[in-house]
Amino acid sequence: MSVISIILVVIVAFFAGMEGVLDEFQFHQPLVACTLIGLVTGQLIPCVILGGQLQMIALGWANIGAAVAPDAALAAVASAIILVLGGQGAKGVGTAVAVAVPLAVAGLFLTMIARTLAVPIIHFMDAAAERGDYHKIDFWQIVAICMQGLRIALPAAAMMFIPTASVRAALNAMPDWLNDGMKIGGGMVVAVGYAMVINMMASREVWPFFAIGFVVATITDLTLIAIGALGLALSLMYLTLTKKAENNNGGNGGNGGNGGDSLDDILNDY
Amino acid sequence: MAENKIQLTKKDRLAVAWRSTFIQGSWNYERMQNGGWCYALIPAIKKLYPKKEDRAAALKRHLEFFNTHPYLASPVIGVTLALEEERANGAAVDDVAIQGVKVGMMGPLAGVGDPVFWYTVRPILGALGASLAISGNILGPILFFVLWNAIRWAFMWYTQEFGYRTGSKITDDLSGGLLHDVTSVASMMGMFVLAALVERWVNISFVPVVSKVKLSSGAYIDWNKIPLTHAGLQKAFTDYQNGLSLTSYQTKTLQDNLDSLIPGLAGLLLTFLCMWLLKKKVSPIVIILALFVVGVVGHVIGLL
Repeated sequence: MSVISIILVVIVAFFAGMEGVLDEFQFHQPLVACTLIGLVTGQLIPCVILGGQLQMIALGWANIGAAVAPDAALAAVASAIILVLGGQGAKGVGTAVAVAVPLAVAGLFLTMIARTLAVPIIHFMDAAAERGDYHKIDFWQIVAICMQGLRIALPAAAMMFIPTASVRAALNAMPDWLNDGMKIGGGMVVAVGYAMVINMMASREVWPFFAIGFVVATITDLTLIAIGALGLALSLMYLTLTKKAENNNGGNGGNGGNGGDSLDDILNDY
Repeated sequence: MAENKIQLTKKDRLAVAWRSTFIQGSWNYERMQNGGWCYALIPAIKKLYPKKEDRAAALKRHLEFFNTHPYLASPVIGVTLALEEERANGAAVDDVAIQGVKVGMMGPLAGVGDPVFWYTVRPILGALGASLAISGNILGPILFFVLWNAIRWAFMWYTQEFGYRTGSKITDDLSGGLLHDVTSVASMMGMFVLAALVERWVNISFVPVVSKVKLSSGAYIDWNKIPLTHAGLQKAFTDYQNGLSLTSYQTKTLQDNLDSLIPGLAGLLLTFLCMWLLKKKVSPIVIILALFVVGVVGHVIGLL
């Protein structure tokens, strides 16, 4: 890899690390991170494919409240670097996907360390606030964000100094049955992400939508956009109908306040 | 007080909105998003409180505990801006009122943001992008990145403005219908699309052959009777197009049998198994690693 490529990869990794905590621009999502690394190393297409496959696995990974999800940023960046160093092109994607999963766990610990290190930073901010010094608060906020960036940039930089030949040798040493088996595992692993999302959203009211969606998807002519449109239309119809039903009930009971209360109850349940 | 009322301009509010992008930057286990929250409000605090002691008090006030969904912080910021503006102009808005609005809004809003953004919009856009990317199409990542950020930025700016305009009244609006409607449509549409994703993208294929039936003559192409001439080849291909089998046996794998019930059944059952395991508090990482092991072992023994 050329010096320029190495520097650019480190910059991409830095952004991915920042985003791993910010969760705004989504540079840490495999689809984006792998593509960018592919772009700066000149192996765009294999990395795009890798990003797509990892994205399918990582769909349900999200930071909720104080809980930290498996780290998509480190998984995406490190496995893309391995794919590039391995030099197998699109053929190496299956192996890179398998490598990514343990990395996501390692990244989880790094995230927790970084979030603990942020505690003293907050105390520096407290001290600055005492003096009314907002420049210092700005400064420490930026320091905290950079720390998150380094969380991915440093491991990425370290990985690129492993000689290409030894990465290649290690990948070639993988027997075919292991490679193929990993690919098969990769096809199943996707289910975990979906299961996480379904567990979060499922309620008695929405299960029929799941059933219809599953059956409709067997029609292979329908693209995902078509399925999305169908889902949106059905949901809006359902919403309109429930509203009508609620209004009727309120009218019959002679108590208009009922509808509002039940809505509040539902909202409180969330 | 009316003679020199301090007001936040659109430029100030845009600066706050931009800074709120970094609200999670100093996320910590002690007070979570407090550092980022304070960082976001600094342009407003600078403008509203020229006196040093007021400024210090405001900064300290906004370093209190705060945590919500990063995008849903925007309406809370909007309301806080309105309250701080009134306070700076002499209205009796005390610390408790401001803190109360922040804490009162952050819980319910996080409950809206997680299902809508993390569990509906991102999986759908992500799957859309990924399904293009898997075939090597660069449009996949571009589509995901552009659409996501357009939606995100529009949402953050308009909800912050909405919060700012409606001030403290927003808490009433939020418990009304609109937010509830958005959440319920998101969860219904989310489930619909998720089911489609399970059907399309969870790949299991059982390879063992369960039946091998000798076909009656006429149901397959009898290669011994096809002369290797142009006419003969043409007849062979026409027969094949008409659905004749290439061999004299019809083999059915376990997968074919399952697919004749409904395609994707095995993937659906696997998803249910994962849901059950997750509910039993099995770590997702453990399940993922186990599935890789199952994949390798299953392949070696010839099941998958």
